[in-house]
Amino acid sequence: MGMKGNGSNHECSRERVKGEEEAAAELLLCREPIRIMSKGEVDYVHARGGFSFDSCRRNEMLLNKGLKPSSFLKTGTTIVGLIFQDGVILGADTRATEGPIVADKNCEKIHYMAPNIYCCGAGTAADTEAVTDTISSHLKLHRYHTARESRVVTALTLLKSHLFRYQGHVSAALVLGGVDVTGPHLHTIYPHGSTDSLPFATMGSGSLAAMAVFESKYHEGLSRDEGVKLVCEAICSGIFNDLGSGSNVDICVITKGQKEYLRNHLLPNPRTYISSKGYSFSKKT
Amino acid sequence: MDPSVGDLNSPHSMGTTIIGVTYNGGVVLGADSRTSTGVYVANRASDKITQLTDNVYVCRSGSAADSQIVSDYVRYFLHQHTIQLGEPATVKVAANLVRLLSYNNKSMLQTGLIIGGWDKYEGGKIYGVPLGGTILEQPFAIGGSGSTYLYGFFDQEWKEGMTKDEAEKLVVKAVSLAIARDGASGGVVRTVIINSDGVTRNFYPGDSLPLWHEELEPQNSLLDILSSSSSEPMVS
Repeated sequence: MGMKGNGSNHECSRERVKGEEEAAAELLLCREPIRIMSKGEVDYVHARGGFSFDSCRRNEMLLNKGLKPSSFLKTGTTIVGLIFQDGVILGADTRATEGPIVADKNCEKIHYMAPNIYCCGAGTAADTEAVTDTISSHLKLHRYHTARESRVVTALTLLKSHLFRYQGHVSAALVLGGVDVTGPHLHTIYPHGSTDSLPFATMGSGSLAAMAVFESKYHEGLSRDEGVKLVCEAICSGIFNDLGSGSNVDICVITKGQKEYLRNHLLPNPRTYISSKGYSFSKKT
Repeated sequence: MDPSVGDLNSPHSMGTTIIGVTYNGGVVLGADSRTSTGVYVANRASDKITQLTDNVYVCRSGSAADSQIVSDYVRYFLHQHTIQLGEPATVKVAANLVRLLSYNNKSMLQTGLIIGGWDKYEGGKIYGVPLGGTILEQPFAIGGSGSTYLYGFFDQEWKEGMTKDEAEKLVVKAVSLAIARDGASGGVVRTVIINSDGVTRNFYPGDSLPLWHEELEPQNSLLDILSSSSSEPMVS
């Protein structure tokens, strides 16, 4: 009958008729080299783990019955990146939303991956944080192992394999940029695991507004100041025209051998009304 | 979801027009360059013709993620195979590896591929591997959403034993016709010519393509504005 006592959910999923997702997920998730044999031969459950799609089916069933999903923290977001003369500039807004409410007015969306690689994340905040942290530590181990500076394509491959494995359920849309021995690179990574390599890119709900700015003003061979100015314009366009983006502008400039993380480079949304008397919050109120 | 924004959470898919054509001495592969996410064009200059080995390339269509992963796996297997074999892999082997992955994971994958290349045993060959994982060796193959507009065109225009230039012109004309009629195809036309001499990549920007029935000359397009290099964008 297969594995004994390895967690009841594995027994259950074996009993059920293998859904399309699980069967193929098994094939693509197994740590052994992928098998080019018929599915019929791979007929046992992996006790090692791997993503169990049981919850996804349950969630779909609940949605069909009319249960509203709990709103989780999303970064509505405008994230952008562009390649300029000496390297890469990444930009992001700083608003994190929970449904219609702004949960965090000044969150950090530009995540550290390696000393020479940064990654902006849009989508579910937990997913972007988790996936960038995971791959960042993987990259560090890889650096120890190879004794070399990390390359952007390494981060790209790690991220895209991770996201493809979860078939789009990890809702993270990323703009990955960095400078390594092979030069400056900028990539976009979509939740389903597809990637594009572009000279300028935008993602998130404000991507259309930001892309409009880039398409009209981008050209090759931008200087650092021109690049920063253009990125600010694009993010501001997202901040003011997209409801899911707002607050401040974060910038990260990466060049060969150096990076500048300009947190809150622009603050175009200052607090308008501040009581001149100041605020006091006495105890027990 | 606000329909005007499109569904930016849709999976990234390549609407696409992809073509592979054999000629006297090799193959020509051609594709458009549009990748869409719902109704938004996520990448207007994508490269859908991916290298598998020095002498075998694949045109990708359907889900962007699925086709990228399949080509990555096949490139890896072919690399191993080449080392073990001691000589360049044949197009037939490459196509069959693609077919095995497509067929055995057919419920999960949504990608149609055209494999084309040149090897010393069979010369130039084109293999089509559409959605279900069939493999079909053909003198020419078309795929993607734009291909529906090209079946009649190829029935009329296809000839055996074309020269390299005739074949490439045919491919460019076909992709450009499909771009004119299919909303999910657009951008530029990329071609890859593979023969015994090696591989040549060509690029045809959108404005170099011929205009078809009822298409207008671009007027006050961004290209004219940029080339006039005036600081005011809207001044003619």
